[in-house]
Amino acid sequence: MSNNQDQSMFSNKILRWIDDRFPLSSLIREHATDYYASKNFNIWYIFGVLSLVVLVIQLLTGIFLTMSYKPSAKDAFDSVEYIMRSVEWGWLIRYMHSTGSSFFFIVVYLHMFRAMLYGSYKKPRELVWIVGMLIYFCLIAEAFFGYLLPWGNMSYWAAQVIVNLFGAIPYVGETLTEWIRGDYYISDITLNRFFAFHVIAVPLGIIALVFAHILALHHVGSNNPDGIEIKNYKNEQGKPIDGVAFHPYHTSKDLVWITVFLILFFAAVFFAPEMGGFFLEVDNFEPANPLQTPEHIVPPWYLTPYYAILRAIPNKLMGVIFLASSVLFFVFLPWLDKCKVKSIRYRGWQYKLALGCFAISFLALGYLGMQPASGIYVVLARFFTVVYFIFFIMMPFYTRLEKTKRVPERVVYKK
Amino acid sequence: MKFFKIITTSFLLLIILSSGLVIGASEENQVENFLVAKNDVSDLNSLQRGARNFFNYCAGCHSLKFIRYNQIAQDLGLDESQLVQNLIFTEAKPEDAVIANMLPSDGSRWFGKSPPDLSLITRSRGEDQVYNFLRTFYKDSTSPTGADNRALPGTSMPNVLWLVQEQLNEKEFDQFTLDIVNFLDYVSEPIQSERKRVGIWVILFLLIFLIFSYGLYKDIWKEVH
Amino acid sequence: MTNLNRRRFLSIATTLTGGIGVLFASIPFISSFQPSKKAKALATAVKVNLSKLEPGSIIKVIWRGQPVWILHRSKEMIEHLKDSSLDLRDPESELSVQPFFAKNAYRSLKPNYFIVEGICTHLGCAPIEKFAIAPADMGPDWKGGFYCPCHGSKFDLSGRVYTGVPAPSNLRVPPHRYENEHTVIIGETEGTENV
Repeated sequence: MSNNQDQSMFSNKILRWIDDRFPLSSLIREHATDYYASKNFNIWYIFGVLSLVVLVIQLLTGIFLTMSYKPSAKDAFDSVEYIMRSVEWGWLIRYMHSTGSSFFFIVVYLHMFRAMLYGSYKKPRELVWIVGMLIYFCLIAEAFFGYLLPWGNMSYWAAQVIVNLFGAIPYVGETLTEWIRGDYYISDITLNRFFAFHVIAVPLGIIALVFAHILALHHVGSNNPDGIEIKNYKNEQGKPIDGVAFHPYHTSKDLVWITVFLILFFAAVFFAPEMGGFFLEVDNFEPANPLQTPEHIVPPWYLTPYYAILRAIPNKLMGVIFLASSVLFFVFLPWLDKCKVKSIRYRGWQYKLALGCFAISFLALGYLGMQPASGIYVVLARFFTVVYFIFFIMMPFYTRLEKTKRVPERVVYKK
Repeated sequence: MKFFKIITTSFLLLIILSSGLVIGASEENQVENFLVAKNDVSDLNSLQRGARNFFNYCAGCHSLKFIRYNQIAQDLGLDESQLVQNLIFTEAKPEDAVIANMLPSDGSRWFGKSPPDLSLITRSRGEDQVYNFLRTFYKDSTSPTGADNRALPGTSMPNVLWLVQEQLNEKEFDQFTLDIVNFLDYVSEPIQSERKRVGIWVILFLLIFLIFSYGLYKDIWKEVH
Repeated sequence: MTNLNRRRFLSIATTLTGGIGVLFASIPFISSFQPSKKAKALATAVKVNLSKLEPGSIIKVIWRGQPVWILHRSKEMIEHLKDSSLDLRDPESELSVQPFFAKNAYRSLKPNYFIVEGICTHLGCAPIEKFAIAPADMGPDWKGGFYCPCHGSKFDLSGRVYTGVPAPSNLRVPPHRYENEHTVIIGETEGTENV
């Protein structure tokens, strides 16, 4: 027996029985009631929790969609309309899932940006960042596999284009694309295996990685907008004086912002599920047609920045390499960033400028990825691709030059 | 140091300028629709007229395979006898999907292209496009059907509504075709009216929950300084 | 200073509203399990024309995916039903499933037509017709009825189960009504259209 009866966390007998056989109370203490995080979290700190919320929404709605969806080229498109029209409340489950996939990326991009603002990827949190990047790669894969499933015309051609990218790899390219497709063209076979990846393989990976992500974070403790380690100043009880317990402080605060998020989420679900063609593409309301390409093949909005970079490079193989690097560079941020100060609040103007330019170029590339690859669009895409890569490549140099402000000892908290 | 500052400031200006260019450079590549379809899916009368028009003039060739007759009756406020008398001209039962009598193979043979299913036409092409298509047929003796279309030049579809157009004046024909577009808008997403209704309740509920959870948050954080 | 009452009120209000929210949110998911509109469309009533059905003959149709038999009982068959010496487990159909009008010896609206689901109430096999009187394999007391080959359950010409066999209740009679002399609609009862 680990707990003295009088000191047990639980008054309920059943919970005490469980607690004697499972580390329930110690888990609750370690990760909720005795886990301290800084009291000065601002809005940028909500996006991790929101990512978790969206993950749960996607898993739940995804399970229910799988009950009625048919993963065959013959039936897939019709089965989605069956869900929309014939399954009771099927339309709501479908819209939540399609809206959720876009909101997932909104939330994850803002979550990643927080890390870039406050140096959350720096020591000792490099592994949290790396695991997070692995989650991001899985998320891209999950979105890619999931996008083929409705078997609309955009689904088909987007899959065609992306799978063909692998053909750029010298020597193994053609064999590799055939191996991925399982056929000589994007077929029923491809659809079925993408279904397996989307429904079980990648979600299992994501769940495991999210577990590791949170575990790694709790092991070192959360960062904060001032980039100070709150564990440096503890009170007599050994608790950080600038921290508050996760439960009930951060849980109650998060609940408010989760509600705000849900209002925005459901406003989209109920009043603008297509979001002007950004969440549900217009071309996807026609079934896949191998004989007719849509006028503009575009990936979903959250992948357009990378699409713009891919198209900016005139060489197929180099384009693929640039595409891969543009995503991979993020992983190395903890080592590219040579500044000793974590938070942008106290960093030099060089980083502020660089991050600003990066953010603008990411958004610009996102827009350009939706446009046809011609004329001024190509020129601008190339320009912003350069900006994008300079941000990473030159980082070891301009971050060393930063004249940082004095970092305070204690966190800045305004009520 | 000053040189570096000049370089970076001009770099930043260049970026801002380019973003401005990006925003300004968005041209509309679409064909200008000179007619805008201002249809209201909550207008049951219009939907009923549109359904009548569709089943009399379109359903011979065009299916609506994703919707059932009884769904249309339920949503448009028709009882079964009204449904069967006014909308069903095939052997179909009320619970069946709306399938045209014309075989797709016959359609390809007779028109070069089998008449597409229209269940999702307004979702994939937009109400304006469909409206313009129905409204811009004109006589063309060089075409195999004797007509052509300004919105979709070279269309294989004959001008099915030519007689209606002669019998109605401009405004009436506008309404006639707009009703069909409205009906097709409904067919492409029958749940759209209900989804907005439910949405209002959901948002209201979340706002109430927000008030309570905000109060609780403020109370818990009161002691934090 | 923590006002405990206010804290308690806010906690309870939030938890209660949250709980109600979760309840309402679960409705779409739980409802989605119900038969879809397509299932309901395919489950509609089946109209059967009986004008060509000879006495002593049987038609088999499918309703809601299940086999339904219509037996045109001959005069002898109807006579044998009145025989109360039959060793039946549930002669009054107290334990069995049938519309209210079928709770009698004929278990049907009209004595000359017997409409029944061809599913043995034991474990679901399809019983075989044994209409001959006292054939060798059914014994001298057999007055005609149905025999299930899986585990030997026996039913009379009204689908009533005999004692001493594994089946616990009589064969199920589906809801049905007559549109006219020769047309029966399986799946609807009098006064209910499009059930």
